Amino acid sequence: MCLAVPAKITSKDDSGQGTADHMGSEVKVNLVLVPQAKRGDWVIIHAGFAISVMNAREARETLRLFKELAATQDEGA
Amino acid sequence: MTKISLEVGSGGRLMREFIAGRIVRAFRDPLLRELGDAALLPGGLAFTTDSYVVDPLFFPGGDIGRLAVNGTVNDLVVSGAKPRFLSLALILEEGLEGDILDRVIRSIRSAAAKAGVRIVTGDTKVVRRGQGDKIYINTAGVGASIGRPCLGKIRRGDKIILTGTLGDHSLAVMLARGDFGLTSKVRSDCAPLLFLLPLWTRGAKWMRDVTRGGLATVLFELAERLPYPVLIEEDRVPLSRPVRSASELLGIDPLYMACEGKAVIVAPAAGADDFLRRLRAHPLGRKAAIIGEVQGRVGRPGELLLRTAAGGLRLLEPLTSELLPRIC
Amino acid sequence: MKELRDPKALHGLLRDIRERVGKLGRRPGPRLMEVCGTHTMALFKSGLTPLLAEAGVDMVSGPGCPVCITPNATHEAAIAILTGVEGATLAAFGDMTRVPTRKGSLQTVVPARDSRLRIVYSPEEAVEEAKRDPARQVVFFGAGFETTIPAIAFTVRRAAAEGLGNFSVLPALWLVPPALRAVLEAKEVAVDGFIYPGHVSAVIGAEPYEFVARDFGVPGAIAGFEPGDILLAVRSVLDQMAERKPRVALEYSRAIDPAGNPVARAMMTEIFEPFDACWRGLGTIPASGLRFRKKFAGFDAGPRFGLGEAATERDLAGCRCGDVLRGIIQPEKCPLFRKTCRPDSPLGPCMVSYEGSCLIHFKYGPGLRPVS
Repeated sequence: MCLAVPAKITSKDDSGQGTADHMGSEVKVNLVLVPQAKRGDWVIIHAGFAISVMNAREARETLRLFKELAATQDEGA
Repeated sequence: MTKISLEVGSGGRLMREFIAGRIVRAFRDPLLRELGDAALLPGGLAFTTDSYVVDPLFFPGGDIGRLAVNGTVNDLVVSGAKPRFLSLALILEEGLEGDILDRVIRSIRSAAAKAGVRIVTGDTKVVRRGQGDKIYINTAGVGASIGRPCLGKIRRGDKIILTGTLGDHSLAVMLARGDFGLTSKVRSDCAPLLFLLPLWTRGAKWMRDVTRGGLATVLFELAERLPYPVLIEEDRVPLSRPVRSASELLGIDPLYMACEGKAVIVAPAAGADDFLRRLRAHPLGRKAAIIGEVQGRVGRPGELLLRTAAGGLRLLEPLTSELLPRIC
Repeated sequence: MKELRDPKALHGLLRDIRERVGKLGRRPGPRLMEVCGTHTMALFKSGLTPLLAEAGVDMVSGPGCPVCITPNATHEAAIAILTGVEGATLAAFGDMTRVPTRKGSLQTVVPARDSRLRIVYSPEEAVEEAKRDPARQVVFFGAGFETTIPAIAFTVRRAAAEGLGNFSVLPALWLVPPALRAVLEAKEVAVDGFIYPGHVSAVIGAEPYEFVARDFGVPGAIAGFEPGDILLAVRSVLDQMAERKPRVALEYSRAIDPAGNPVARAMMTEIFEPFDACWRGLGTIPASGLRFRKKFAGFDAGPRFGLGEAATERDLAGCRCGDVLRGIIQPEKCPLFRKTCRPDSPLGPCMVSYEGSCLIHFKYGPGLRPVS
């Protein structure tokens, strides 16, 4: 029901149709629900539609958090 | 069941029950009951057959003709036999374009040459327009046994080797139908597995090619016949990037996706590293990996377990139903 | 995003969770409800459920599977279209097509002359077929929560704008927050906290869940779908329990805006309006479903094909999907589970849907301990 994946917009036309790259696969995506999104943005795609634009800063923050969590385990802390 | 549903052909439990209940029971033949990929005949011959109804006929990395040769060749290889001769039966739909048929036949010829097999007998039928989907092919194959799969020889500590990445064929065919608005570089892995033959004289205990139902189904069928549990490590299973991507986008599990050029091998514990080295030396085996083992530390006899990438442990069930279109 | 699957990081989070459970010192331990079927699947597939149980957290599944909660009467309406209307395409998401009704499932019934069932990944595939083939009736069996509803709404809007009179939607549209209210008010399951659906929240934001904390005092966290996301959310809920400060924590900020997606919401409200919908298992819940507004009612497949109002539930005999959906029983407690109700012979939608609790429990098992 909530199956959705992050992908990077590779093209966008005036009607809101576009394509996005997900790990090397190119997927058709309808961008009409995220009119502010542009080429190069990462979006969350569900059932062929982008439903939200990802926040790069928050993504980096999350990855940093998890790297720290993994490192703490290594130290046996 | 009174009417045959599509699921009977899916490779899952319904198909197994259909075969056991209707086919095996009708013929009461001890060789048939083995339900191996090929029948091991007295006198050192192996004999197998398969039918091919893939849609579409042509897809990246292959076509129905190439499948029809390699699928049957591989059934012989994993049964311990060097493939020698094939029969070729064609059921053609009225109105089929002549050059499509020529393309398929050229492909069959080329695949047969690569696999070192001769097409020595065959048949052609034509059915009315609408009563067959362009081309259906059946091939039967005969080979000379050089080794023999033997479940009874499998021991704790034996390793499970997968010869390469999962699901490429399945994905290539699905996308070739133009569904899902998805394009990728994936190509079917349709190929002959002849490079596995030398392993039979080096102690290989059992092999199966990973077709309909996928890895999980094939391993489930192995595990349930063993007095030990089988454990697979999820993070050791090789996957190509397109299959990883599509599985997330479409929600399909690669453990259930069919291949047409990959096999699982049960290798003796001491010889597993040598097997791996030999496999990886071949272009078709570069991604071969030891993905698990027959063991006794976790699980109960006959169970198939998966240690997930997250470190959890769960049972792997066989495929029960298939929503996907015809892929082999 | 592989960092969110790193076993070491997950181990660290599980250790944090175990510590917090210990400090809470409750018997029985905390019970959290994950609302969304995709979360249920993620938990089981990654093997996290038994690891969480070992850490002291009991997870129970909520009614977050749109296939499961759509009553059989609606499935039968789809079947009536496929078998009764000639020259039609009935397009649907895969799971919807295997739900067993007394008439069979969409997969097993014989379509009317020239009609066919088509499994699609996006509702756009359906409206595009309608455009390519104006002579054909194309009906999209539209089931989903707020994640999917804006996409379905868009296809109706597009059909209206492009004059695609041969397109219609059979709606099965459900809203999450009213269902949460119904679960809380029913008091059938003691829930100490919620894991909220990340992608529904991408559309509706955090505000619609505020009432859970404010009026019922129950903490919750919006979670993404990687194993790390879910554990982060569980840890957050436990923190809220310790602080006795229930709120709606945002643990998926890389993907969603706390205010949600106003464009998507506007798309939904342009085409649809809320009504008191009847959910399998939970019964009628006020303002919990969406139906066509009068302006777009011409695209509603129900009246177009003369289908009556969905009457009673008409589940198959013995099926306890309703109780599973309410969180009252685990699938293992249904007498049909694994015996007569199995994925290849399902008796209810919870065994059909990829996000149905029963299928998930069947495929991924209750989890294992090492043999000593």
